[in-house]
Amino acid sequence: MPQQIPDDAPWSAEDSVGLVEPKTLQFDTALELECGRTLTSYELVYETYGTLNSNASNAVLICHALSGHHHAAGYTSKSDKRPGWWDACIGPGKVIDTNRFFVVSLNNLGGCHGSTGPASINPQSGQPWGPDFPMMTVKDWVNSQARLADVLGISRWAAVIGGSMGGMQALQWSIDYPDRLSHAVVIAAAPKLSAQNIAFNEVARQSILTDPNFHGGRYYLHDTYPRQGLILARMVGHITYLSDDAMRMKFGRDLRAGRFHFGFDVEFQVESYLRHQGEVFSRNFDANTYLLMTKALDYFDPAREFDNSLETALAKPECKFLVMSFTSDWRFAPERSREIVNGLVHAGRDVSYAEIDTPKGHDAFLLDIPEYTKLFGAYMHRVANEVEAGSHA
Amino acid sequence: MRDDLQLISDWIPADASLLDLGCGDGTLLAHLQQHKQIRGYGLEINQDNLAACFEKGVNVLEQDLDEGLGNFQNHRFDYVVMTQALQAVLRPDQILNEMLRVGREAIITFPNFGHWRVRAYLGLKGRMPVSSALPYEWYNTPNIHLCTVQDFETHCRKSSIRILERQVINRRHHSGLLARLWPNLFGEIAIYRVTV
Repeated sequence: MPQQIPDDAPWSAEDSVGLVEPKTLQFDTALELECGRTLTSYELVYETYGTLNSNASNAVLICHALSGHHHAAGYTSKSDKRPGWWDACIGPGKVIDTNRFFVVSLNNLGGCHGSTGPASINPQSGQPWGPDFPMMTVKDWVNSQARLADVLGISRWAAVIGGSMGGMQALQWSIDYPDRLSHAVVIAAAPKLSAQNIAFNEVARQSILTDPNFHGGRYYLHDTYPRQGLILARMVGHITYLSDDAMRMKFGRDLRAGRFHFGFDVEFQVESYLRHQGEVFSRNFDANTYLLMTKALDYFDPAREFDNSLETALAKPECKFLVMSFTSDWRFAPERSREIVNGLVHAGRDVSYAEIDTPKGHDAFLLDIPEYTKLFGAYMHRVANEVEAGSHA
Repeated sequence: MRDDLQLISDWIPADASLLDLGCGDGTLLAHLQQHKQIRGYGLEINQDNLAACFEKGVNVLEQDLDEGLGNFQNHRFDYVVMTQALQAVLRPDQILNEMLRVGREAIITFPNFGHWRVRAYLGLKGRMPVSSALPYEWYNTPNIHLCTVQDFETHCRKSSIRILERQVINRRHHSGLLARLWPNLFGEIAIYRVTV
């Protein structure tokens, strides 16, 4: 008997936030940056999911990772086939339950998905900022996010949540604005980058900087972009997002044509995959933004302001923490998350920690892994309960 | 709440700091947080237990006791508690030392292998004892270092660990006269408060 397959559009699924539209806010109060420069005005693009309750206590902030942006959940149009980058975790009934939370997700300053960045027009020159765009830091992002919260009428986040570079922003939030968040969820992050982390970032930057189409960062004026450099940067980055095991399981030594060609064209499946990933990325990401964001990662080190004592830095937060890591993540390995946890324990902060057993590597934080979903969900369930108990009190 | 947990919570004063090794679903910590304003953390490796602690709002860290407590500073806690886990760790002597390094006092409970029923089981049946306190078969038991009340106290003496308080209870979790008089024979679960 022929089976009737329901032709449900993904955007209309019950656990999807559905169709979403980005909003843009213009800020005209100058933002002092850590590098000493000032952005006189700027725009932030963001999306929201769910409904803000009457006392604005159910808001959570999503901070994105290196190649992320504001579109974290749902679909931008009915023909859109791929949902936002964290759709696995954000939606009605999901870990970050939009029936209970008001979710705010923005594109960071310096980004290339709508917020002011190197590709935006510099009002002083009338030309794209390019390499003149000021260097951003995690601290600067957090300051700009606090201003976004002000405009949205959110004086205190129920939680600030992020994976990888997003987790670093959550950590920075807890230190810089201790009275403006109740929980910080720090996933697959580190208290600072290791020499190896910085080394990988430097390889990625050099591949962009040495691309003949880079033109000192003013490629916009030459109607081109450092495509090859971006591809290489993404390829090397992508290797660090997957684990050795994940690559073995996904590709092994599989050959595309089943036999050796004794040449330098794509032969192994893993080569094909990496080139494809790089290719797609190069079309959708601005090279100057990539340079800037990797530098922001390199600079991140909240302990630096506190005589290099993470424990002293972590004496500032008042919020409760959930820290999570993944066993096969070698970009920011579990030991790096435990540094954060130990710092918090030494400082006497409230913290819970889970180490998710998975072969999926660093990228695991984006995926729906049963153990991860269960534990993250249990924690967010409690956060929502606290919010709801508070607003009825 | 389990009677041994009730007993332990009676021993712990208000506002104390606490580390609970193998904290399970966080019942003890949640109870002490609520009634005695203690601050503390549990260590646990079972994910259902971790999830239960998250839901309860109890601080819990995924950490294997067999990897030690090296991440905690000396005398970081007033009390370090370990209920029914001493017999399941790789080196009970080392974990005991670690407990007394990071805590001012340690509270330990374990099933007493010297209880008359255990002795009778082994003596009469000639087989490894299985009971409500020890519900496993020899091949699948996590209890790899079972000891008796006397074993534990001998070890404490040799290691200069001072016993501050002892309670032995039977399987109905009562502390009967027999158990008080002959704890090694009539106590099923032993509960100790110790220090160095």
